[in-house]
Amino acid sequence: MCGIVGLFLKDETLRPELGRMLSDMLIIMTDRGPDSAGIAIYNAPSAGTWKLTLQSAEPGIDFAGLSEALVAGNIPARVTVKDTHAVVETTAGVADVRAFLKENRPQIRIMGTGESVEIYKETGLPRDVVDRFDVRAMSGTHGIGHTRMATESAVTTLGAHPFSTGADQCLVHNGSLSNHNNLRRTLIREGMTFETQNDSEVAAAYLTAEMAKGKDLGEALTGALDDLDGFFTFVVGTKSGFGVVRDPIACKPAVMAETDQYVAFGSEYRALVNLPGIETARVWEPEPATVYFWDHEKAA
Amino acid sequence: MPTFDLSSTPLRELNSALHALSKGANDTAFDVVNPRGAHAVAVGIDAPVTVEVRGSVGYYCAGMNDGGMVTVHGSAGPGVAENMMSGTVVIEGDASQYAGATGQGGLLVIKGNAASRCGISMKGIDIVVHGNIGHMSAFMGQSGHLVVLGDAGDALGDSLYEAKLFVRGTVKSLGTDCIEKPMQPEHLETLRGLLERAGATDAKPEEFTRYGSARTLYTFNIDNADAY
Repeated sequence: MCGIVGLFLKDETLRPELGRMLSDMLIIMTDRGPDSAGIAIYNAPSAGTWKLTLQSAEPGIDFAGLSEALVAGNIPARVTVKDTHAVVETTAGVADVRAFLKENRPQIRIMGTGESVEIYKETGLPRDVVDRFDVRAMSGTHGIGHTRMATESAVTTLGAHPFSTGADQCLVHNGSLSNHNNLRRTLIREGMTFETQNDSEVAAAYLTAEMAKGKDLGEALTGALDDLDGFFTFVVGTKSGFGVVRDPIACKPAVMAETDQYVAFGSEYRALVNLPGIETARVWEPEPATVYFWDHEKAA
Repeated sequence: MPTFDLSSTPLRELNSALHALSKGANDTAFDVVNPRGAHAVAVGIDAPVTVEVRGSVGYYCAGMNDGGMVTVHGSAGPGVAENMMSGTVVIEGDASQYAGATGQGGLLVIKGNAASRCGISMKGIDIVVHGNIGHMSAFMGQSGHLVVLGDAGDALGDSLYEAKLFVRGTVKSLGTDCIEKPMQPEHLETLRGLLERAGATDAKPEEFTRYGSARTLYTFNIDNADAY
């Protein structure tokens, strides 16, 4: 099954509440998938600063003294450790941090990078995952969350959603793709790299590759309708935006709600019932094979 | 009149109370508040009760209904009134996919739109949708009526048996073996009755087009033997 939630805030006064709202939405979706959970939170970027979300199976060892080690390696950085994850904020390039970690802390995995996004995901129930990373306290402009019932690959931290394959890009998926092995081979030839055997990671990498060719999110999602075979409801985040698309058969459920304050997505209406003003919101089921997206920059 | 507040009462208490009703019981008007998208609200009714649900529901509301009169003052998730036997289910808002699936009798009225697969494998249920319906509706429909005041999506009536389909608006595409058929006086009469029962007072039977099975697919044709 899997459960997906997404929230794109139009009303700036709600930003301090984003983590709490999204956490509550995701917890309600727990019975759609108990294997792993994850959340991506986008916050307003500060100029010239990059963020990398790191994950380690042995955070006590891998994150110890990481900040000092980076600085000693001429990479100005601030490291915030949250349980098995750590966020590195740096004015150096992402590639420099990546190279440093590969050389000096090879056990560390990079969950996501960008100016805006932080990604937290682990095996276990949504309630435990959001507690471990104190997601409720996070503010932001938009975010997406996922609770997984595994079908196509193992139940591991890396197999949890969201998948991030490009700067400030991430994807959550309900469904299963049938042409992911073929498409993965094609994308590898185009230079994409993969961490798992998971089908959803292929979808994320596909969108990243298409956007690298100059498409915007909406165009990349439209391409996905032709190039991805299988069942999918995707919710995708970018630095400034949030998109939704369902396959033409549209078996995987989806409900959306929009008010002057937000656009929200849930696998089920239950996920939306605590949002402010939901009683009078415009609530609808997204049409099959139809791309929806909202963008803070284009809206502004 | 029993009232169940689903924000504080477990769903099972509501459904158990509905199932415990004996024939001839007097207190048969139930009110359900704060459904908050809950699944399986008022499933398995087998008595002539009235249930007013004040809000939107999730999966499988009023499933297997046999004689109940269920009204949802909101929208319904997937599978509303699935396998209804008899009675009436009214959705004031929209319905998600496979509304009225496999229904064997009774009347399902959707005041808003219905999503994909509305009336899939219907077996005698009557469904009236005031708005539009999505793709693959009435797929393999065996009997009963599907009336749509708005438009129908792709592949309407694919692999249809003897369900009768009436659409007032446009049909994006017809499914395999589904064809337009002439409207006969008896169809107009049936349609008039269904529209009236569904409170569709602004629609006239003459505005609709009838669709049904071409009957080329559902019996074995020896010329197709090579395909097996």
